Amino acid sequence: MDVRPEVLMIALGAALVTVVPRVLPLVVLARLALPPGLRAWLAWVPIAVLAALTAAELGLQQGELALKWRELVAVLPVLAIAALTRSLIGAVIAGVAAMALLRV
Amino acid sequence: MTEGFAAGARAGLPVVLGYLSIGFAAGVVQRAAGLSVAEIALLSLVVYAGSAQFVAAGMIAAASPVAAVVLTVFFVNLRHLLLSAALAPALARVPAWKNALIGAQLTDETFVVAWSRVAGGGALSAAWMWGLNLAAYLAWAAATVAGAVLGEALGDSRRLGFDYALTAMFAALLALQIRAVPARGRALAVAIAAAGLALVLARVLPGNWFVIVATLVAATLGYALERWTSAPKS
Repeated sequence: MDVRPEVLMIALGAALVTVVPRVLPLVVLARLALPPGLRAWLAWVPIAVLAALTAAELGLQQGELALKWRELVAVLPVLAIAALTRSLIGAVIAGVAAMALLRV
Repeated sequence: MTEGFAAGARAGLPVVLGYLSIGFAAGVVQRAAGLSVAEIALLSLVVYAGSAQFVAAGMIAAASPVAAVVLTVFFVNLRHLLLSAALAPALARVPAWKNALIGAQLTDETFVVAWSRVAGGGALSAAWMWGLNLAAYLAWAAATVAGAVLGEALGDSRRLGFDYALTAMFAALLALQIRAVPARGRALAVAIAAAGLALVLARVLPGNWFVIVATLVAATLGYALERWTSAPKS
């Protein structure tokens, strides 16, 4: 089980370009007193990024629009459980169970 | 300290569940692309980024140049800039070196778990973040290696629906976030804008840029709506 030299270089290079965007804002911005406007803007980022990622999971197949009916049906119990019980793990388990049933 | 660590690890349970399955699939895919088990373990441990590892495996299989693979991974993972920045105010009291370690293991999924704690009025500590991060990191590493070793023998792991765990988590967290925001109409508008933009932009922008651009535009929309509708208080 060898590691080829080019894969080692890819791993190290990819690690570097991945860790910098992960670390830099946290280290720099956490030390600054951010202007209230920027903080108010940043507070919208989580909902926006979650909606974009969810939409991609539910509506995209290899970058193209796709009607993924199983994913769309299985998301209904997820949203219902999340809205009614506020339980994240409960909602996730409901989604996994729904998907398993839909694939039978 | 230890209590924070254990609580963080417990909060990471949905992420662990998702990573065990997606990681397994990632291990199978990377093995099928010709990577050795040692190479897969190396990528999981030092890069630790699901979508980037899927993309890299495909490019390595196609004998792409090292620089091209690294550049692609950079663009795929650039969205972490926004997540890291959004988390910064909640970790302002944590020393920089600890924030560096916390940030190094930041993922979409651990971010949303941490953020939902902030949105629910909880505080983030370094120990809590490490508990969350380490649980997710170990699950990812173990699952990708298991997928690489066992994948061919076990057949289709999608049967049990575990691959849907991360989608379910994104959707559930989105619902919880919208619920938690006092201005629910505004939150819904931001979510719909981001989702719509993502679906439209995915066809025209390369790689994962649609996530970044959709997030930037939709967050700006939320900020603008806030300014216009509640100008006196802001």
